[in-house]
Amino acid sequence: MAHASKPKLAVWKFASCDGCQLSLLDCEDALLAIAGAVDIANFPEASRAVVNGPYDLSLVEGSITTPHDAERIHKIRRASKFLVAIGACATAGGIQALRNFKDAKQFAAIVYARLDYLEMLNKSTPIADHVFVDFELRGCPINKMQLVEVLNAFLHGRKPNTPRYSVCVECKLCGTVCVMVGKGVPCLGPVTQAGCGAICPSYGRGCYACFGPKETPNTASLSNRWAHLGVRPDDLVRAFRGFNAYAEPFRKESETHEK
Amino acid sequence: MKNSRLEHKPRVRTESRPQGQSAAGSAKSIKVNYLARVEGEGALFVKIKGHTVMDVKLKIFEPPRFFEAFLRGRKFTEAPDITARICGICPVAHQMSSCHALEDGCGVKVDGPLRALRRLLYCGEWIESHALHIYLLHAPDFLGYDDAIQMAKDHANVVQRGLKLKKIGNDIVALLGGREIHPINVRVGGFYRVPTRRELAPLAETLKWALDAALETVRWAATLSFPEFERDYEFVALRHPDEYPFNEGRLVSSRGLDLVVSDYEKYFVEEHVPHSTALQSVIKDRGAYFVGPLARYNLNFDKLSPVAQQAARKAGLGPVCRNPFQSLIVRSVELLQACEEALRIIAAYQMPDTPAVPVTPQAATGYGCTEAPRGVLYHRYRLDGQGVILDAKIVPPTAQNQKTIEDDLWNFVPPRLHLATDKLQWQCEQAVHNYDPCISCSTHFLKLHLEREP
Repeated sequence: MAHASKPKLAVWKFASCDGCQLSLLDCEDALLAIAGAVDIANFPEASRAVVNGPYDLSLVEGSITTPHDAERIHKIRRASKFLVAIGACATAGGIQALRNFKDAKQFAAIVYARLDYLEMLNKSTPIADHVFVDFELRGCPINKMQLVEVLNAFLHGRKPNTPRYSVCVECKLCGTVCVMVGKGVPCLGPVTQAGCGAICPSYGRGCYACFGPKETPNTASLSNRWAHLGVRPDDLVRAFRGFNAYAEPFRKESETHEK
Repeated sequence: MKNSRLEHKPRVRTESRPQGQSAAGSAKSIKVNYLARVEGEGALFVKIKGHTVMDVKLKIFEPPRFFEAFLRGRKFTEAPDITARICGICPVAHQMSSCHALEDGCGVKVDGPLRALRRLLYCGEWIESHALHIYLLHAPDFLGYDDAIQMAKDHANVVQRGLKLKKIGNDIVALLGGREIHPINVRVGGFYRVPTRRELAPLAETLKWALDAALETVRWAATLSFPEFERDYEFVALRHPDEYPFNEGRLVSSRGLDLVVSDYEKYFVEEHVPHSTALQSVIKDRGAYFVGPLARYNLNFDKLSPVAQQAARKAGLGPVCRNPFQSLIVRSVELLQACEEALRIIAAYQMPDTPAVPVTPQAATGYGCTEAPRGVLYHRYRLDGQGVILDAKIVPPTAQNQKTIEDDLWNFVPPRLHLATDKLQWQCEQAVHNYDPCISCSTHFLKLHLEREP
């Protein structure tokens, strides 16, 4: 696959579920076209072939949770012209960042018999806490069409066009009736960034914030509204402590409601 | 609470694994520092001295994520959404096992069209996951390519067929679940919204194509050449009186185990070994066992549809297959079974009155076991009266197969020592791929001290 003229794409994994990089393979109709436009130089989930760096574009999935990974991400940054963090783990620390609110050692003891076999950092942190990130693509998982948009933008030297507005805008665009106003279902849509296509409200459930905080979210106001719907403080804490628990607006809001 | 997992005891070598007789031989090792075409981060280490295999380690260095720890204190209704995030390849499996376990704890049974829809959703995941593994992850080993994209240059039709099958599986998950990865529509008790008959109809059209493509997949799979390799495994799978197992059944084994799911922990234990962040499972006092397509097939051949049985026989398989490399054919047979089953469910579907049955939490322990594409997936939860999870246990298929994979390599390598190292390494990787290991799942959750061999 060594076409020197094609940009080299690399996919890297840290602590994660593999779902975001799977989104690339889930572009079934576009996969072979993507493979024609870029040189897939490192993508272990799909190929045993490895082309050495430097890479034109690195997609990084997962959060940093171990001392080894905290070093590895610097090597990847040095070998990459552009680095894009993909998914909630890479952009906010992921669901595993729930341990950031507790004693990590205690957490480990619940799962593992021998702590001396383990080597880990106390916190699960996003890629941008460690190295400069050129672009963050949100989502748990990312939206594969947004991923294609990022690749496309990169190939044409422009900024990716992904909205920072809330899920509410997507609901309006889809013509979905507001579940919170219409049915009194608690929904995180007003403070959550768009990108999924407002799937949950279209299935009759409230948004649970897979895409993290929107720009300038008013979380306090939403919490008030939820309280009026009868949601208790401990459930508010749980709601803001999901896959983007460690994103600052959500972290602060959850801490407000913690006893 | 005390950790119930065992500390690993150093393995006792049996006579079939002689060590060190040929001390004159020079030492060499096969190291695959980052296993490709698996989900997650793993490495393979095989140490050879002369004509003897000295050590085999499937190293799993996926960083730990501690799901079982942070499930404590969460509401039972959150478990399907949270556990889905264990794995991007089989989120439905985690959602199904968690729902079944929690419904078991709360004394609720989901039946009728809702149960059928869950089966349909699982069919979607099986089709998507099996097509991914057969065509994109495993076939390149057999045909000598680094990956499916290179393979597509010479076998465009084959790869296109695989991608299209995968897409059809994903379409089922996306329609029923809301999206392919981490579906949003699964809840304890059923769904948030159920589809109309009309919404399902277009799936039936594409599934008819998929059925033919799956038959073709079995035929094509049978034309590949498979290394001669068999072992006397203990296979473990669910078994249901009326159907090929997805969501329900008793746990049975090829050596006579037959138990209800809630007895799982009486028979199976997990060990924490230093070279892996996945806990290795064994049958108490007996050792390694085998879960996944081959186990399901061997224990449930009679429950396959006549079409699937016939396709298997034409592909040269009997009712029992002990060659793990032929799991590629067995996976194709299951792909066919899943396409047929999906079509049957859609044809018989009547929209239920409510999308979910009400579930009232109670202080109890619930057990659930379902057949993920890669095999038995066990979840157990203890709840308080308000539905808060007090503790959780999750045992994914790859953790259960890990020891069997290592044992395979102990036996696979010695007769092939004459091969050039790169060829032997390739075949070892292929032997690991037989299990479609999902390392993201099996890592409960560490980074270990790697043992550096000289």
